[in-house]
Amino acid sequence: MSQAFVSLRGVNKFFDDVHAVANLDLDVHAGEFFSMLGPSGSGKTTVLRLIAGFESASSGTISIESQDVTDLAPFDRPVNTVFQDYALFPHMSIQDNVEYGLRTRKVSKPVRAKQALEAIDSVKLSHLSQRLPHQLSGGQRQRIALARALVLRPKVLLLDEPLGALDKQLREEMQVELKRIQREAGITFIFVTHDQEEAMRMSDRIAVFNEGSIEQIGTPQEVYERPQTKFVASFLGVSNIFSGQSAQEIFGASTMVNVRPERIKLVPADTPLKGDESGVVGTIIEASYIGATTIFLIQTQSGHRVVATRINEELPDQINRFRTGDRVGAVWKSDHSAVIPT
Amino acid sequence: MSTQTTNAGSRPISAYLYKRAKLRLFGLIALPMFWIVGVYILSLFLLLITAFWFVDPFTSKVIPGFTLDNFISIFTVPAYLSTSIRTLLIALAVTAVSVLFAVPLGIYMAKIARPWVRNALAVAITLPLWAGYLVKIIAMRLVFTEEGFFNWALAPIGISGPTFSIPLVILTLTYLWFPYMALPVYTAIRQIPPNLFDASSDMGAKGFTTIYRVVLPLIVPAIIAGSVFTFSLSLGDYLVAKFTGGSTQMIGSIIASNINLNPPVAAAFSMVPIAFVLIYLMVARRTGSLERM
Repeated sequence: MSQAFVSLRGVNKFFDDVHAVANLDLDVHAGEFFSMLGPSGSGKTTVLRLIAGFESASSGTISIESQDVTDLAPFDRPVNTVFQDYALFPHMSIQDNVEYGLRTRKVSKPVRAKQALEAIDSVKLSHLSQRLPHQLSGGQRQRIALARALVLRPKVLLLDEPLGALDKQLREEMQVELKRIQREAGITFIFVTHDQEEAMRMSDRIAVFNEGSIEQIGTPQEVYERPQTKFVASFLGVSNIFSGQSAQEIFGASTMVNVRPERIKLVPADTPLKGDESGVVGTIIEASYIGATTIFLIQTQSGHRVVATRINEELPDQINRFRTGDRVGAVWKSDHSAVIPT
Repeated sequence: MSTQTTNAGSRPISAYLYKRAKLRLFGLIALPMFWIVGVYILSLFLLLITAFWFVDPFTSKVIPGFTLDNFISIFTVPAYLSTSIRTLLIALAVTAVSVLFAVPLGIYMAKIARPWVRNALAVAITLPLWAGYLVKIIAMRLVFTEEGFFNWALAPIGISGPTFSIPLVILTLTYLWFPYMALPVYTAIRQIPPNLFDASSDMGAKGFTTIYRVVLPLIVPAIIAGSVFTFSLSLGDYLVAKFTGGSTQMIGSIIASNINLNPPVAAAFSMVPIAFVLIYLMVARRTGSLERM
């Protein structure tokens, strides 16, 4: 990957006595789709606002394209933002909203009108350019917010949970749309979300936030398959974490180990393990059919609980040979388990 | 059947009214309608009628009749015309100064100040409303009089404050009516989503541009609501001019001095502020900002 484009070094942010961002280092590469993922209050939105300049860092430096922007006002930074609740100006037409940034940059009227129309056209809403924001649906407003930011050709586009207010179907359409726009425009996207599926679907890399710090940065595959902390393992998808006594029993070492539910096979309790397999024996205490998959909750003799998912490749009555109360072996290939260092 | 009881016998009036909606309506609005039509509108109408009467120069008695002389005098007597224009300009100035103070104050209170500061300022703004009208005029008089606090405090740096003159009239009127502008403006700014400020600066706008292009258009209804007070109350005032204006005359001064001598002229002059306010509201309506109120 190319060199760091947006770079944060030792950044701290305090709100009164709340330490919202703690000693953060972060590098985002040019042209990548970078997501900041975490629960609410984890500091991801604050980091975005620090990059945009809406908040100023208590300490540390922020640079964009090797220019130190730490002390620059938002209007002097080469970034633009798409806000969670769109933040369209309610008294201006769609066209005027999109022209706003061009106008503050003193672009002449015919030029800015042309560029604005092109931007509105690129999100396929040119027929609505003379409407007011409140006459548009949520999805349409979101696309206008995007057009309004992109028309300024920022070096970095910041997106603050832009799809949070949309319903599921629209959100998935917009995910594809966003990814397409990012690819075509070649702009660096920094995307804040609390939805891990959304982050994994769109991102080149993901930073997982927790309590004001980054727990791990990596490709979607890396953070899912090789979580570096217990928090990352449990925040992304479902995890089975073995540690202490139960890890000792299974792996012969008391390290922390994670196994994903979809890697676990269920076999009759008396089936011997193959050489490359690990596993536990327990009783099914719950089997939930949820359409594409069935989720089994298995409890071992020592009380440890394991979640296993089976893809329902066939009709349920043919594959569901295991039922609640059955004693089964939960088995996985040994190299599918991942050691969590911390 | 004979054992069944109803309340009809015990509440004859309610039972009677139950079937007579118009009568009930009359009972509801008779008193307020008497007030609005019988006292309010009627007295204004009588005032208008009086404006067409005239005073017999020999007996000094008011004679009912029809003459336009009183209205014509507003435009032909130089002192009258200049007083009307002066009053209009003073009222506009009071409104402008109030907006100039209220908008930044409102932005600070609504978007920047901590809650306790915001509350303290809200109290500070409304507090003068509790004090009597004359009390505030006297207070301003004391501060700005020749040997008053203002001159005393600024004398060392060679600045002397306004004496009893038009600027002081504008200041005092602003002092009196500022809360009526500040509160609606503050409330309106509070309702602007904070993201709009971020979005504006994100797109390159500096503070002043954001105020001019985003804040002001969104609070126009509040400014008009506030200015109805600052403007119309200033137009009708004359005690402020009397006590802090030195020789400054306002429309109210002319009305007051004619109220016994020449009631028809006083009546005609009373129509001037009303006309100004009506014109003002029509202009405001033209801009389309009243629809959003």
